[in-house]
Amino acid sequence: MAGEMVTSSIPWLTLAVFTPIFFGILLLFVGRDDRANFTRWLALAGAVIAFLVTLPLYISFDPSTADMQYVENALWIAAFPVYYHLGVDGISLWFVLLTAFITVIVVVAGWQVITYRVAHYMAAFLIMSGLMIGVFTALDGLLFYVFFEATLIPMYLIIGIWGGPKRVYAAFKFFLYTLMGSLLTLIAFIYLWSISGTFDILAWHQLSIGYEAQILIFLALLTAFAVKVPMWPVHTWLPDAHPEAPTGGSVVLAAIMLKLGAYGFLRFSLPITPDASHALSGFMITLSLIAVIYIGLVALVQKDMKKLVAYSSIAHMGFVTLGFFIFNTAGLEGGIVQMVSHGFVSAAMFLCIGVLYDRMHTHEIADFGGVVNKMPRYATFFVLFAMANAGLPATSGFIGEFMVILGAVQFNFWVGLLAATALVLGASYSLWMTKRVIFGEVANERVAALTDINSREFAILAVMAIMVLYMGIHPKPFTDVMHVSVQALLDHVAISKL
Amino acid sequence: MMTNQYNFALAMPEIFLLVASMAILLIDAFSKSPRRTWAYALSIVTLIILMAMTLLQWVTEAQGQSFYGLYVVDDLSHILKFASYIAVLATLVYGREYIQSRDMLRGGEFYVLVLMALLGQMVMISAGNFLTIYLGLELMSLALYSLVAIRRDHAQSTEAAMKYFVLGALASGFLLYGISMIYGATGQLDLGAVADVLRGGQVPLMPLVFGLVFIVCGLAFKLGVVPFHMWVPDVYQGAPTAVTLVLAAAPKLAAFAITLRLLVAGLGSLTVDWQPMLMILAVLSLAIGNLAAIMQTNFKRMLAYSTIAHMGFVVLGLASGSAVDQAAQSSAYGSALFYILTYVLTTLGTFGVMLLLSRDGFECENIDDLKGLNRHNPVLAGILMFLMFSLAGIPPFVGFYAKLVILQAVLQADQVWVAVYAVMMSLIGAFYYLRVVKTMYFDEPIHQYTLGRVPTSQSSVLMFNVGLVLLFSIVPGGLMSFCVQTIARSF
Repeated sequence: MAGEMVTSSIPWLTLAVFTPIFFGILLLFVGRDDRANFTRWLALAGAVIAFLVTLPLYISFDPSTADMQYVENALWIAAFPVYYHLGVDGISLWFVLLTAFITVIVVVAGWQVITYRVAHYMAAFLIMSGLMIGVFTALDGLLFYVFFEATLIPMYLIIGIWGGPKRVYAAFKFFLYTLMGSLLTLIAFIYLWSISGTFDILAWHQLSIGYEAQILIFLALLTAFAVKVPMWPVHTWLPDAHPEAPTGGSVVLAAIMLKLGAYGFLRFSLPITPDASHALSGFMITLSLIAVIYIGLVALVQKDMKKLVAYSSIAHMGFVTLGFFIFNTAGLEGGIVQMVSHGFVSAAMFLCIGVLYDRMHTHEIADFGGVVNKMPRYATFFVLFAMANAGLPATSGFIGEFMVILGAVQFNFWVGLLAATALVLGASYSLWMTKRVIFGEVANERVAALTDINSREFAILAVMAIMVLYMGIHPKPFTDVMHVSVQALLDHVAISKL
Repeated sequence: MMTNQYNFALAMPEIFLLVASMAILLIDAFSKSPRRTWAYALSIVTLIILMAMTLLQWVTEAQGQSFYGLYVVDDLSHILKFASYIAVLATLVYGREYIQSRDMLRGGEFYVLVLMALLGQMVMISAGNFLTIYLGLELMSLALYSLVAIRRDHAQSTEAAMKYFVLGALASGFLLYGISMIYGATGQLDLGAVADVLRGGQVPLMPLVFGLVFIVCGLAFKLGVVPFHMWVPDVYQGAPTAVTLVLAAAPKLAAFAITLRLLVAGLGSLTVDWQPMLMILAVLSLAIGNLAAIMQTNFKRMLAYSTIAHMGFVVLGLASGSAVDQAAQSSAYGSALFYILTYVLTTLGTFGVMLLLSRDGFECENIDDLKGLNRHNPVLAGILMFLMFSLAGIPPFVGFYAKLVILQAVLQADQVWVAVYAVMMSLIGAFYYLRVVKTMYFDEPIHQYTLGRVPTSQSSVLMFNVGLVLLFSIVPGGLMSFCVQTIARSF
């Protein structure tokens, strides 16, 4: 996979990582609640600029090579040594753009809602955005780990300060649960360093490791990534975190933070421990299918919209891990497409729930009913995103699921069949929720008092809708970019390291 | 190595400090100022001159032994002394308002005692002989005992001082007993000579190991690691906060120094014997320190248990040095040095915030006192949050890199399960640091205290202190390599 590296004269990746962090820190210094509007506009400017500097990555990306592009490499800690080593390939490119894009959405979504400590709120999201882009672009194991862990701090504060009534419990559970997973990864990284003398991820890819060591490294990495994805049975922090997090927190959590774990499988587990990945693929597929089917059923019985979408996220991420561990092009690409798509769809779902929450301060399904009568424009978007969540063709949700099912059938008919039940389950919980919330008679006077979405809400939902539909109708640009990298990864994983 | 057996130039900082503290004691006797401004200002000036002197020795590479090996100056002594000056300087500045408002300044002896303790620490850091170690230790300890008791009418402080004195005396006895055993077996008091005799291999192992056990126990007392930690929580809690900081910062560096001098320079041949002992101490400290800290409601007591856990990490680094591979050994001890330096720096900041908050009749003692701090003073809350995350070892803060280098040393010593255990314990540790952050940020304020204007000297030293922690968080590499090189050059 390694080989030549394409460097660039302008450090685009450093800009992508540090522009939002710079604006976040600036906000901490100049932003105040008594000039909240200035703070908001500054945050928006920061988020937009941070998004714009990621665009050149896509525009001049060379999809014909699997090598790392826009590589930057500088010595950071000489003692190990650790390098400030960044780069993107077809696998990570989309997540960089997605992160920067979602940050803009989140800033706009919190515009009127957040009135308490606006600067801190916006700064937390901007800093977190930079850190997450750092995770997706780091090519040095320790640098990756630093970014990976550092994202916990802003999210902990976001849930704890701006969250719901049980925010303290949710924030602690989120932090400690995910920290527990990643600490074992640190041990695995230091072990890899001790046998290779480097933290360079690409060098680790080429490192030959014995079978038992591979299994142990795989399991150590799995604890971090499985918790983050989250996979059954270590998913329980997510349904607790989502309902308590503010809308923006939920959006970032679902759209990007879960992808950090899945991305970890692609960047670390598969290429560093290919033999262990093959040996344990049955185990991984089983866990993924349990997530798809069992968690799908759990989602069906949820009474809280946010919890329902949280469980549906776990089920969708089960598709992603399923796609990774069936080791074919359709599965792997489908998994990545599903990650991007889920980034849009789940973000849009949480934004929709947030719109209702801002008006009624509840996300219990039973409190709603007949919303369409009062909020017709909103209902259109809600139905669209619910359909995308169910995997309706012509929405982005369909593409990824379809590709993964295709790959799964190639791999094993029964696995494919079980995976396909997700389409039924997804339709059931999404549409049933839509029926109870959106359609029917106006349930109570609070619903009757609802006002339709304003132009700000319309704008963000419309942008999300365009992305969901565009990706569903014309997915080629998305898959073209990743194709060569995915193929190279598959070729790499197919070669034993023993 | 210099050949002059009475090289007074090497001991200049100590000599100057002794003269200066005597002078301050005398000047203070004639001072009428209730603020003891002269004693304070002269102490600060003394510390700054000391920094300059040590820095000068450092850059001119003035190294070697003096007084027939009683006294050693090397890179390790430079860095530890310099860090001690910074710690004491910050302590005095942070504690200025605190001690004054709590009637601890009847005379200027607070400052003189702190300087005498510093002198003891410097002697410990530069000790090349069993007797010098003991002399420095007693000088430091006696000054510290009296500092803890400086609030004469305060029952809790007096009780803490009593406990500290009795247990500290016991520990000194242990250490002295161990030293006498080693002396009996080798016939030498000089660390270098002891090492030479041991390398000769003619010494019976039995009395050596017997003495070694007592030495390790004595050191464990001074470092405050389990099972010799009992005094730490009581003294931290009972002592006035400013004195707690005096205890929590610089003495750790001195205890670390004599641990290295005794075990590595003197008893290096017995590495395989003392390493398992240290490993047990470290494993116990990590468990007891972290688990007991969870249950604390008093902030100082919580920090005391957290210190025990952190010292466990330091000892873990010392227990992971290879007995044969010189480079791996330097890297392990260098990791421990890096850990303790950054830990002391972070602790200074933490107590600095506490002392800044404990003003105008308000005592920042319990964790609940921090409730809603973010409302009152977002800057101090932000600083404390940053320090808490650093102590918890969350990247990208310096505490993470400190844990990282220790874990790296442990893994290089092939102790994979100890490393796994250590990270699990630091996960538990993360909880109570997070709780402090939660108290400041998520909870509603209970106290309606208003912070008056923070004196410029205190806030600027705090900013400098936090700036250093931040600097080492962003570029930890320089100090890390420097620590390893220091150890490699000193042993």
